Amino acid sequence: MRRETILNFSLLGLLFLFPLWAWVADEPFLITLATRAVIFAIAGVGLNLALGFGGLVSFGHALFFGLGGYAMGILAHHAQTYVPMFTWPFVIEGTTSMPIIWLTAIAVSALVALGVGALSLRTSGVYFIMITLAFAQMFYYFAISWSAYGGEDGLSIYVRNEFPGLNTMDPIQFYAICYVILLVMLFFVFRLSRSSFGLMLGAARQNEDRVQALGQVPYRMYLTAFVISGAITGLAGALFADLNRFVSPVMFDWHTSGEIMIFVILGGVGRVLGPVAGAALFILLEHSLGGVSDYWHIYLGAILLGVVLFARGGLFGLIAGREVAHD
Amino acid sequence: MSSILLIEQALNGLQFGVMLFLMAAGLTLIFGVMGLINLAHGSLFMIGAFAAATVAAATGSFLLALAASLAAAAVAGVIVEVVVIRRLYDRDHLDQVLATFALILIFSEGTRWVFGSFPLFLDRPDWLSGSVMLPFGIRYSLYRLAIILVGLAVAAALFLMISRTRIGIQIRAGENDREMIGALGVNISLLYTLVFALGAALAGFAGALIGAIQSVQVGMGEPVLILAFVVIVIGGIGSIKGAFIGSILVGMTDTLGRSLLPALFGLFMDPAAATSVGASLASMSIYILMAGVLLFRPKGLFGGT
Repeated sequence: MRRETILNFSLLGLLFLFPLWAWVADEPFLITLATRAVIFAIAGVGLNLALGFGGLVSFGHALFFGLGGYAMGILAHHAQTYVPMFTWPFVIEGTTSMPIIWLTAIAVSALVALGVGALSLRTSGVYFIMITLAFAQMFYYFAISWSAYGGEDGLSIYVRNEFPGLNTMDPIQFYAICYVILLVMLFFVFRLSRSSFGLMLGAARQNEDRVQALGQVPYRMYLTAFVISGAITGLAGALFADLNRFVSPVMFDWHTSGEIMIFVILGGVGRVLGPVAGAALFILLEHSLGGVSDYWHIYLGAILLGVVLFARGGLFGLIAGREVAHD
Repeated sequence: MSSILLIEQALNGLQFGVMLFLMAAGLTLIFGVMGLINLAHGSLFMIGAFAAATVAAATGSFLLALAASLAAAAVAGVIVEVVVIRRLYDRDHLDQVLATFALILIFSEGTRWVFGSFPLFLDRPDWLSGSVMLPFGIRYSLYRLAIILVGLAVAAALFLMISRTRIGIQIRAGENDREMIGALGVNISLLYTLVFALGAALAGFAGALIGAIQSVQVGMGEPVLILAFVVIVIGGIGSIKGAFIGSILVGMTDTLGRSLLPALFGLFMDPAAATSVGASLASMSIYILMAGVLLFRPKGLFGGT
């Protein structure tokens, strides 16, 4: 077996066994920590599709993370206060059903990604980075000034939303939901990367002109990848808001974009499970360094700097080598 | 809304735009000459403000504080350039974004460590406080007027430096062909360090000037940094002229949007709703402006093709 495959399975196994152990040992805090890691991993899997496979350096994925969060917050808020969202032209009630919230988060994120992507992809390179950042900031300021849904203070909901047949307030059951979603997303992205679309996308990243000469339109492929990428990150946002039972403009903040990017980079760009390793590592660092110093971001910054300067390829690059070089 | 208030808001917009230019000029120079996207530019802004606040508190002199902001930011810029940034010139933009994002984390937390989380205050000097009478009976804050004048003077000096001096010629040559000017005997790495220090000093200077209007606190550079990005995207990356026009456009749009839009919506909505909708739209206005510019000019107003 290739080392990358071994690493993949041991990561997934670890994320399966660790919460189970925490559950048996009655450590709900550790389960919540693992849930955070898994949700961050889903967000990273989303970004990785655009960044790793499509080469689109989006510095604005907090936009979709936040949209997912607000989709959850707004729907649940209306359901819990029994105020319909719209009364005209027809009545739309809020909901506390997770599947409906997820679908809404995915749909809204995909729709916004379509608009933002269509505009941003007219440019490339450094312009693209700055424009995606700016669009995310636009939603950040909008969320702050939108007082109907809490403005700067955000929106909290009292009870976690419902999933048929499960008690979502039980940490291990909510973890199970997130874990299964992560597996589904990983499988989806894995299949996508092996499909003709995924291969063509990789080709476009490496040489746009040749792909164009083959009669394909890179713009359309990038846009498709960007939309799917945004939708997955949006789903992660809905889960994250449900985990905290709270959503605030911070989810739109550009530090969030940076952190999602860090998950991808720490793990290894362009590896299917890279974001999973990165998110787990990030949570591990946050937990262990956060205990050492209140100013743990200094160490995070130093580690990130070290990875960028000296260990490109992240954790996967260090352990599995560059045998499946993507570029 | 009376026309006097409108002119006052326009002046505020101009003041904001001029400050944005000090940030955007450094960013666009650094990108144009070295091909580097520098997120840590906002940290240099913050360093300038903290240096000014510290020196002002110690000596009580505003001019010394301004000098300190220039020096501190330039020195920080040189250190950062030599230790980290230099290794990033040949890397792709993703690496540059990540490394400079890491620098932000280090700078922000480091400043919090040294100065604490509470904001510092930088008072404007007595000789610049109060207001001044402009033609047509407009009263305007003397300090803000001074900022506009100083900013315009710096912009003019920068234009002259780029177009008339030897170092300006080297900078422009560096934008066109890096290898060539190296081959012609210009010390490239020194030139890069100088350009970076110049950009850093401008950012630090802007931080000190703004610090006397707002409070001096960790993270103060980040909103300005993102606006400066919007500016150079609108103006075209690498173009000083574009940065100037973009700055004024963004400053005006933002300031006038905030004061005019709520009033505009008040014409046909009830006041509370108009304030809320107007404020939301105003906070998005510059991004809408940017999207509009990109729709017609994907490389910005003055960007090359």
